[in-house]
Amino acid sequence: MAPLTASAPGYQTPPSPPDEDPRWKKVIRTMRLNGFSATALIETLHTVQESFGYLEPQALRFVARSLRVPLSRVYAVATFYHVFTLKPPGRHTCVVCLGTACFIGGANTILDGIRDALTIAPGETTADGNVSLLTARCLGACGLAPAAVFDGAVQGNLTLPAVLEKIRGWTEP
Amino acid sequence: MAHPPFDPRHAAHPTGSRPAPILTLKIDGQDVGARSGDTILTVARENDIHIPTLCHLEGLSTLGACRLCLVEVAGANRLLPACVTAVREGMAVTTRSERLQTYRRKLLELFFSERNHVCAVCVSNGHCELQDLADTLGMTHVRYDYLYPPAAIDASHPRFSVDHNRCILCLRCLRACEEIEGAHTWDVMGRGIDCRVITDLNQPWGESESCTGCGKCVQVCPTGALTEKGRAVAEMVKNKEFLPYLRIMRRRTF
Amino acid sequence: MMLDEINEIAQRQREKETGFRHRINVCIAAGCLSSRSDDIVAAFEEEIARRGLEKSCRVKGVGCLGLCAGGPLVAVEPAGILYRGVAADDVGEIVDALPGSPLARLHCPRETPFFQRQQKIVLENCGWIDPTAIEDYIAADGYQAMHTALTRMTPEEVTREVSRSGLRGRGGAGYPTGLKWSTVAKAESATKFVVCNADEGDPGAFMDRSVLESDPHRVIEGMVIAGWAVGASRGFIYLRAEYPLAVKRVKAAIAAAERSGLLGGSLFHTPFGFDIKVRLGAGAFVCGEETALIASIEGRLGRPRPRPPYPAEHGLWGAPTLINNVETFANIPPILRNGSGWFAGIGTEKSKGTKVFALAGRVRNTGLIEVPMGTTLRDIVYAIGGGIREDRTFKAAQTGGPSGGCIPEEHLDLPIDYDSLVEVGSIMGSGGMIIMDETACMVDVAKFFMGFCCAESCGACVPCRVGTTQLHRLLERITAGHGTAGDLARIEDLCDLVQNTSLCGLGQTAPNPVVSTLRYFRDEYEAHIQEGRCPAGACKLGQ
Repeated sequence: MAPLTASAPGYQTPPSPPDEDPRWKKVIRTMRLNGFSATALIETLHTVQESFGYLEPQALRFVARSLRVPLSRVYAVATFYHVFTLKPPGRHTCVVCLGTACFIGGANTILDGIRDALTIAPGETTADGNVSLLTARCLGACGLAPAAVFDGAVQGNLTLPAVLEKIRGWTEP
Repeated sequence: MAHPPFDPRHAAHPTGSRPAPILTLKIDGQDVGARSGDTILTVARENDIHIPTLCHLEGLSTLGACRLCLVEVAGANRLLPACVTAVREGMAVTTRSERLQTYRRKLLELFFSERNHVCAVCVSNGHCELQDLADTLGMTHVRYDYLYPPAAIDASHPRFSVDHNRCILCLRCLRACEEIEGAHTWDVMGRGIDCRVITDLNQPWGESESCTGCGKCVQVCPTGALTEKGRAVAEMVKNKEFLPYLRIMRRRTF
Repeated sequence: MMLDEINEIAQRQREKETGFRHRINVCIAAGCLSSRSDDIVAAFEEEIARRGLEKSCRVKGVGCLGLCAGGPLVAVEPAGILYRGVAADDVGEIVDALPGSPLARLHCPRETPFFQRQQKIVLENCGWIDPTAIEDYIAADGYQAMHTALTRMTPEEVTREVSRSGLRGRGGAGYPTGLKWSTVAKAESATKFVVCNADEGDPGAFMDRSVLESDPHRVIEGMVIAGWAVGASRGFIYLRAEYPLAVKRVKAAIAAAERSGLLGGSLFHTPFGFDIKVRLGAGAFVCGEETALIASIEGRLGRPRPRPPYPAEHGLWGAPTLINNVETFANIPPILRNGSGWFAGIGTEKSKGTKVFALAGRVRNTGLIEVPMGTTLRDIVYAIGGGIREDRTFKAAQTGGPSGGCIPEEHLDLPIDYDSLVEVGSIMGSGGMIIMDETACMVDVAKFFMGFCCAESCGACVPCRVGTTQLHRLLERITAGHGTAGDLARIEDLCDLVQNTSLCGLGQTAPNPVVSTLRYFRDEYEAHIQEGRCPAGACKLGQ
């Protein structure tokens, strides 16, 4: 509950990043390209997530201070948009598409199967930090329904056994 | 017909020295005069015509989000929120048809079903705008499932506490904090049914770095969500007297 | 850049193309790319190099060839042979067959209704040009319309031409494009913006993605023309972050256009300049709504605000803003090139031109199609779509995404346009079309869409925030076999409330899938509630 301070930085001297991590350079570059304007908030959060994999509190604080956006607004934006995540992702990610074509094609059966195999709910990561299970509204691969993204690569015409095989490849040593 | 550019915040206070043109319109069959740029709600209130509101508060920006002030305008194919809709010459507005009152009662039912609003144990019992509206609009029972999401009480602030069970997401606290106090401690996280008001990075209110402890958010809260500590059931009375002064000051400085 | 320079580029590119005896086009749009079509391009290049055929044979990646179900697709020109289901191992055989007759094993005849019944305007270059080469677009008459507009037409003439074409917004509501343009043109402001809505959020729709991946310059050209017509010099493309390939291609296309002097200051040596920036969406369906989209570009929460004022008067940073979707802008260059009369001659009385549909679900030929407005649903499902898979029966076509409805068999002969779809309780929407067979439970489908709206509701207004949640719970109860007699009345009552009192279009249309399934498949709801059974056998009732 500290009082308001008048130490907001000027445009010319953005605050220094939380630590020496070279990935902050990319974040600062995005902000500089947008003139450290508050309108660059979403763009900057994209860069943070691209660089660090998720949005951690110290990154949110740094962005808020640099763009002179209230902390609560940064948190609001970070939780409103589904692309952003506040939790670190697993080593592998599986994004199951739940678009209409995939729904008609049986995406729910596939999702239920993965959920049972990994015993985690969509949006969660296995306790060992190995696999994250996510869902997407629509990947736009409706011609190949049902589809999913495994570690960044889209795969279509999925069947449950094939998906479980793929996941087993990740989980077994 | 094209509408002039319209900023609801300035709606009731047209700038410039030229007097705003006077329009005439009908509200509930009554002929009324209005300044160009006024909202239907402003004009109705000036003429003692009561339109229920919940998210609206004089002195704060308008959201048009609670939908209780929806009115019928002749010729419009949709119901329009009175708090943001500007008056037009010759407009015919109906504010309390049976259809509107029914919708308002149903909207209140949705508010009551969303979280936990048990008046009998609430510090704001008897001084709650949601409760008052249910009373005046005759909403006697809720036909929908009570959703009762798990919602916490944050009493970490030395003087105030927030009970998310009573919050109706009118966002008055957020606007008072941003627009009047200038702190922007409050915002709303998540979306849809998972929305929740937060302080700073969703940290306990008592640990907020931006809160000035002014308490304006507490005074503008229509329900028992934001309250002063140490109040027993039915003891929390909100004091909004600072708002009209602010409105006058804002009008003068524009 | 001057016209003769453009013509020179086009000429050079065409000569280069015709210099090859065989041109192999491999689809590298997202669908085929997910089956590793980039490996096929590499395999062809290797094979051709190995055989020393570089002079007579060239390989390139092209945009969507349409028949996504058959991917990866390879087209051999000028012979006009299409191969489906190609793997990197097949490359040698295909090269062997180049001089002779097509390789029968993979051959996909083009004389089928899937190809013959389509008419391509928006997709005219898809599958022909390399989306990463601006020269290819220029060789396909690209940027000619922009030159004509900027050097030979006044802004008023451009707007009039668009109005006369009868083009309506392809984003969903079908608002007349010319009228929107003239409203923004008439707004008095030194600053104006043009925004391309590429936040294709409808589940089951991928038209915009394909256009941006296959032919990005077409959208850029359309936006510059729009900027000239309405008096704006800055544009934004609001693009889904979930489409990484489209983001990459659009950004590359903008950079290429800037390098060629087709974006930036004083275009074609006129005083008019235009620049375009990409803004990424971040996974919020509600940002397809104009006022939410504007808030999101401004870096804020994508929460809609009441309209009026409309963005045409009070949009991005308070300035008059023209917002059209990808397909709308993609129609502009051909309209100016061929004339409004040509465009107005296609389609129905009130819906002109063609419409791109993402045909998906239980039909045989899923993929991207473009047909004249007024084509019947039967033609799309049976002629173009090749009928229902596994010889099952057609049950319903879902159009318009979460704001649309389900069209039953009795309306199969409906000529599809904006107004006819509204009459039968659906909407055109952005062009997603999901075909369902008898195994689809319509209560389950309604629940699916309600779950979508519930999760995508921004939470600003109570009818959408709580109303859709209550509706979803009621539908869940019915599909679980716990429905009670009063539930249907309760659902209808809530639908009416949400439609009439919600703040923005998302909430106002959220109940549509429920209303339309109740209209045509009420007996299915009743079977769930009264008999505790799911006629389609999809719900887990009584198990």
